[in-house]
Amino acid sequence: MRELLQVKGLTKTFQLSAKQQKLEKTKEKVRVAVDHLSFTAYEGEIFGLLGPNGAGKTTTLRMLATLIRPDSGDALVDGASVVNQPDQVRGRIGFLTSELKLEDCFTPNYLFRFFSDLHKVDPDVRDRRKDALFARFGIDRFAEVKVANLSTGMKQKVSLVVSIVHDPDIIIFDEPTNGLDVLTAKVVTDFLQQLRDEGKTIIVSTHIFSLIEKLCDRVGVIVGGKMIVCDTLDRICGDMSLEDRFFEIYKETVGNEV
Amino acid sequence: MKNSIFTMMKKELDRFFGDKRMVASILLPGVLIYIAYCFMGSAMGNAFGVDEDYTPAVQAVGLPGSMEALLPQTGFAVTAGTDEEAAKEAVTDMELDLLLVFPENFDETVAAYEMSSGLPAPNVEIYYNSASTNSSFAYQSVAGLLDAYEAQMVNKFDVNAGEKAYDLATAEDTAGFFFAMMMPLLLMMFLYSGCAAVAPESIAGEKERGTIATMLITPIRRSDIALGKILALAVISMLSAASSTIGTVLALPKMMGGMTDEMRADIYGIQDYLLLAAVILSTVLVLVTLISILSAFAKTIKEAQTYAMPVMLLAMGLGITGMFGGGASQELTSYCIPLYNSVQCMSGIFSFSVLPLGVAVTVGVNLLLTMLGVVVLAWMFNNEKIVFSR
Repeated sequence: MRELLQVKGLTKTFQLSAKQQKLEKTKEKVRVAVDHLSFTAYEGEIFGLLGPNGAGKTTTLRMLATLIRPDSGDALVDGASVVNQPDQVRGRIGFLTSELKLEDCFTPNYLFRFFSDLHKVDPDVRDRRKDALFARFGIDRFAEVKVANLSTGMKQKVSLVVSIVHDPDIIIFDEPTNGLDVLTAKVVTDFLQQLRDEGKTIIVSTHIFSLIEKLCDRVGVIVGGKMIVCDTLDRICGDMSLEDRFFEIYKETVGNEV
Repeated sequence: MKNSIFTMMKKELDRFFGDKRMVASILLPGVLIYIAYCFMGSAMGNAFGVDEDYTPAVQAVGLPGSMEALLPQTGFAVTAGTDEEAAKEAVTDMELDLLLVFPENFDETVAAYEMSSGLPAPNVEIYYNSASTNSSFAYQSVAGLLDAYEAQMVNKFDVNAGEKAYDLATAEDTAGFFFAMMMPLLLMMFLYSGCAAVAPESIAGEKERGTIATMLITPIRRSDIALGKILALAVISMLSAASSTIGTVLALPKMMGGMTDEMRADIYGIQDYLLLAAVILSTVLVLVTLISILSAFAKTIKEAQTYAMPVMLLAMGLGITGMFGGGASQELTSYCIPLYNSVQCMSGIFSFSVLPLGVAVTVGVNLLLTMLGVVVLAWMFNNEKIVFSR
């Protein structure tokens, strides 16, 4: 299988403000969010990043999306470096975070056109792709309805669709089913599996075990910014459930009770 | 690159024009200003003016012969009276507008009076009611008439006694003086208001919603995002400023009351308006850039609006200098100071004393500052600490 994403020793530190130091009851001025993280994702697979809150999942995904720069290390997206060739990387990835809130005054049609223009997608290709994606997610009936009047689930579907207008090879989802009802979550997870079957590489970060078990071909467990283990689910868990195995790893790493 | 800037501009303009409430909130001030200023002018006219058909009622106690001929010149209804106390009560009750009390044998006493005698001159008492507009008006008219009569009695020389026009200022100059005094402050306020209404939403709003991240991972350059936004915001702010300015220019004559004939916007030529448009456009670009940069620091729209407050104080403070500056500066260095240069140019244009080179320097400085601002904003969009500050 072709290696579409190679992450090599990514490291990111953040300065802690006096307020943060006080809140977190620490005297450390620097927090290592991601610590020499390495992994590889292949063409046509869903790779899951599993970890508790604050483990460094979102920071890792933001570095892969070229939104923040690593302090050291690099990641190659289909051969393009996130450090040295961010413009090339941006054309090859799609990025969606659950924090995204679309502008209320626009319609799905408008947003699809806008992001297509930013990605310089040919109008004919854009229209065909829009028809297919809108039909797939049931957005077509709401194509001219303003975002303000859409349901939460429909907004999330529109967010997903506009993040992949340019048909990227690598799609990065930060907590893809956060805040979604079960029906919408099912539509989203089914779509991710469909994308994988089409040969796309999908990187998913989550702390939901069932989502990892259902979706991911391989998993990287991150604790304290470090990659503790990275392999297929069978090799990581053996006979154990993912939840039990995760807490075992967590205890081994952190050294205290959960 | 041009396409990306255009795409960003179009999105910002569509966001604005797609929301009827936003369009109304920007364009309505012009109408409201017109209505408010007209109302103010009308209210002030009513408060300090007298109905043209009204004839003030004047009573005179001890009316001398000289005054019997003089007082009718006022056109007031003058009657002779004897009961001074009753007449005073009538003035207090606003039933009578004015009471004149002349000393006994007024004409003879005045004729016999010698200034060198050291004795007090005969005193005419005028009782009026300052709470009544009609009474105040009657008082001013009669007091003026008596002052003139007194001056005539000891006439040695006159000043401007003829009916010639001694004020050689043209009607345009007078109107220009008033426009130059008021418009720079008003324009600076309108320009700031227009910019502050849209820039925080456009910049800080993108951060608050998280949409900035989605845009930043597209291949579009950061500088294109910054420039596209600033240009679109400038267009919207210009519309807002144009609405407020048109409302003000149309309403000023009505607010100034008596100067209606002179306070006309057509006293300025096309060249003046072109210079003004260049100054306003470059000023809007500076203001939008400043507020956009401050908004980029903010985590929320509300925080951005708070950050923009000092810019408002600055714009207003500099606008006020136009009221007391005594015309536009003739020093070119004054035109190198952003925003202050705009006020100087506006003062110069409205008072017909514009320094064309000063306008050129102003536009140049403002455009340079805008370009620098675009670079700073692009850098801020690239700065993870600013984009993801929470």
